[in-house]
Amino acid sequence: MTEKSDNTKIRSVKRMKEIMTAYYIDAKTAGQNGKKVAWITSGGPVEPLIAMDVIPVYPENHSAMIGSTKMAIDLCEKAEAMGYSRDICSYARADIACATVNGGPIGGLPRPDFLVCCNNICGTVMKWYEVQARYFNVPLFIFDTPFIHTDFSQEARTYVVKQMEEYFIFLEEQCGKKFDRDKLKDVVKKSVEAQRLWKEVLATTKHNPAPMSAFDAFFHLGLIVTLRGTETVNDYYTELRDEMNERIQNGIGIIQEQKYRLLWDNLPLWYKTKWLSDTFASHNACLVADTYTSAWSFVIDMIDLDKPVESLAMAYSNVYINISIDRMYENLSTMITEWKADGLVLHSNRSCKPYSFGQYDTARRVSDEFGIPTLMLEADMLDGRLFNESQAQTRIDAFIELIRQRKGE
Amino acid sequence: MKELEVFRKIAANPFGYAGEIKKSGKKIIGTFCSYAPEEIITAAGAVPFRIFGTNETITRADAHIQAYCCSLVRGGLEDALSGRLGFIDGTVFPHTCDSIQRLSDIWRLNGKFNFHFDVIMPVKLNTQSARTYMCDVLEKFRRELQESLGVEITEDKLKASISMHNRLRENLNKLYDIRMTNPGLISGSDIHSVIKAVMVMDRTDAAVATGTLVAHLENPKQGSLKAKRIFLSGGACIHPDIYSIIEESGGVVVGDELCTGTRYFEGKVSENGDPVKSIADRFCDRLVCPAKYFSNTARGDELLDGVKKTGSDGVIFFYLKFCDPHSFDYPYMAEYMKKADIPNMLLEIEDSSGSEGQLRTRIETFISTL
Repeated sequence: MTEKSDNTKIRSVKRMKEIMTAYYIDAKTAGQNGKKVAWITSGGPVEPLIAMDVIPVYPENHSAMIGSTKMAIDLCEKAEAMGYSRDICSYARADIACATVNGGPIGGLPRPDFLVCCNNICGTVMKWYEVQARYFNVPLFIFDTPFIHTDFSQEARTYVVKQMEEYFIFLEEQCGKKFDRDKLKDVVKKSVEAQRLWKEVLATTKHNPAPMSAFDAFFHLGLIVTLRGTETVNDYYTELRDEMNERIQNGIGIIQEQKYRLLWDNLPLWYKTKWLSDTFASHNACLVADTYTSAWSFVIDMIDLDKPVESLAMAYSNVYINISIDRMYENLSTMITEWKADGLVLHSNRSCKPYSFGQYDTARRVSDEFGIPTLMLEADMLDGRLFNESQAQTRIDAFIELIRQRKGE
Repeated sequence: MKELEVFRKIAANPFGYAGEIKKSGKKIIGTFCSYAPEEIITAAGAVPFRIFGTNETITRADAHIQAYCCSLVRGGLEDALSGRLGFIDGTVFPHTCDSIQRLSDIWRLNGKFNFHFDVIMPVKLNTQSARTYMCDVLEKFRRELQESLGVEITEDKLKASISMHNRLRENLNKLYDIRMTNPGLISGSDIHSVIKAVMVMDRTDAAVATGTLVAHLENPKQGSLKAKRIFLSGGACIHPDIYSIIEESGGVVVGDELCTGTRYFEGKVSENGDPVKSIADRFCDRLVCPAKYFSNTARGDELLDGVKKTGSDGVIFFYLKFCDPHSFDYPYMAEYMKKADIPNMLLEIEDSSGSEGQLRTRIETFISTL
């Protein structure tokens, strides 16, 4: 951050780092404080854990940290030496290897007392959590959210609501205490508030120039993933939103002379965010928004505080990636319009098949319906061996050229 | 052996066969997975047709899906887009892995078939609520199929279909048992042809033809083969040559847990009680697919049972490249084999036209160490 000019500095970053550090210290000392630790998938129903005073830990968030600190390739190679194919998800590879050596930037995650896996983001997490359930020899709860191709059937609704009740029973068994439904209501309320605030933070980039970019969103996303449902998160996002509004009032953009507004699809390249950010900025292009960080706010309206159990089950089933490509397209096209995008960058992420397969059709439809250029970047969210920088540079240059031409420049 | 001719012919040209079926006026429903509820399709008077993915060069599918997906998905899509699957009236996609899930979307949006069915089954199979949901989903499919094809799938039709499918499965089980006890009687590639043909045939004809074949093979015969006994573990085997390579290397396949094998026909549907519930129960209880969950160790235990039952000397994990669910299970299943002192190797192939020379060298080396 130090070498960047002042307007790229976001004050809240410091606070965010403090919160995350405190959170990981808490998690790593949970055993000493008589608290349970659960590993949970990023799209999993975390509110019941918070209501039970369990500390949720997110291997996916941890893998992203491993990527940002450029420690991923080592760990991926270690997993490959353990027999895991180089073709499977790099988050999973990094985490599986990390658990055996307590590697990574924070010396490994705290040992889980149990695991909660929700397959609303992919089928891969289930395989990954099976591996960890065997490794740590701890109970695994699978929250199974039927995929939505065209509709979510009444049958599926019954199934997920029933599972929410089964989840509570599982937690009672693991924690040795009664599940507190009143507390859940309170946590869900906070969680909805967090998602609303996050949405407000992201919406600030509709302004010109954008006070922050998707690259900042990737960073600030950490809390909505790990701590939603707690007061800390809401205080933090309030502060962040206010800072963004202040920047808007003062006309401060995240990049110098922003000319082009771009959208990003899929997870980031954690090991290349700075390079990508600088490369786009050198063309006066700002990635103003992305489908990935927005995913945590797409379903807020489904949560009904008077029916927390049923509506939570429904909201978790309807998350962005658990829906068909045509349904995802509806979200994307709304974003293109609302953020006035000049172009769309799609990261074809080798690790994430459910997010990436379908992107070719999506990109075609975007250029047909909006006439804006699209760029497909073939890479991986963690495994830098699958990224070719000079090729990416050439393609980005050509993509920006198309945008310029379209704007008659 | 003339009893095998029918299977060899259909396996060599499944599309030609489907064309004939189509002329007879029957509807054809494409399927992608061993969880396709074939009993219901048959009861609707249609023929379930398993799609394996083309051997031809991929030209059209690459515009819709990245190259980092398995050949089943890529090749199947190529077949659909090229019009080679023009005889199909509709396709059923039971929910399994991430790739098939997205293939279903791409297929629905680009495939130009009359009907599209997503059977969004539970992913876990070990709870009562999942079982109930499995049954609900199959009932829903039954309703949708009735409506689409304009037929009534009555209780009686379902029961008759179940009974016929059970007979077919029983014949295939017997065939596998015969091979297990006397692997010299029928070659691996013939077994492969039988399974591959059965998966696209009018199932009533398949039940009869497999019955004839089994009866013929059950006659006492000579032929105890001195070869190393090999067990295959994996998903869809689309590489018939692997059987002859194994045989030429001094081995013989005596059992498998493949989608194009035991996983397809293992387990019986109860003929008492509610037919749809019985179909659901079999799906929950039979040999589990790695994209579904039964327990943390179910697949390792099942493999070990299979290996012991067949008295196999070694296991070949035979995977399609980019099959995530199998790849995730490989290290622990290999560890299971190691603990039980069962030699094993991993072979990953990209598609059915994969480099044979390399495959042969690796298989020869493996078998020579047994």
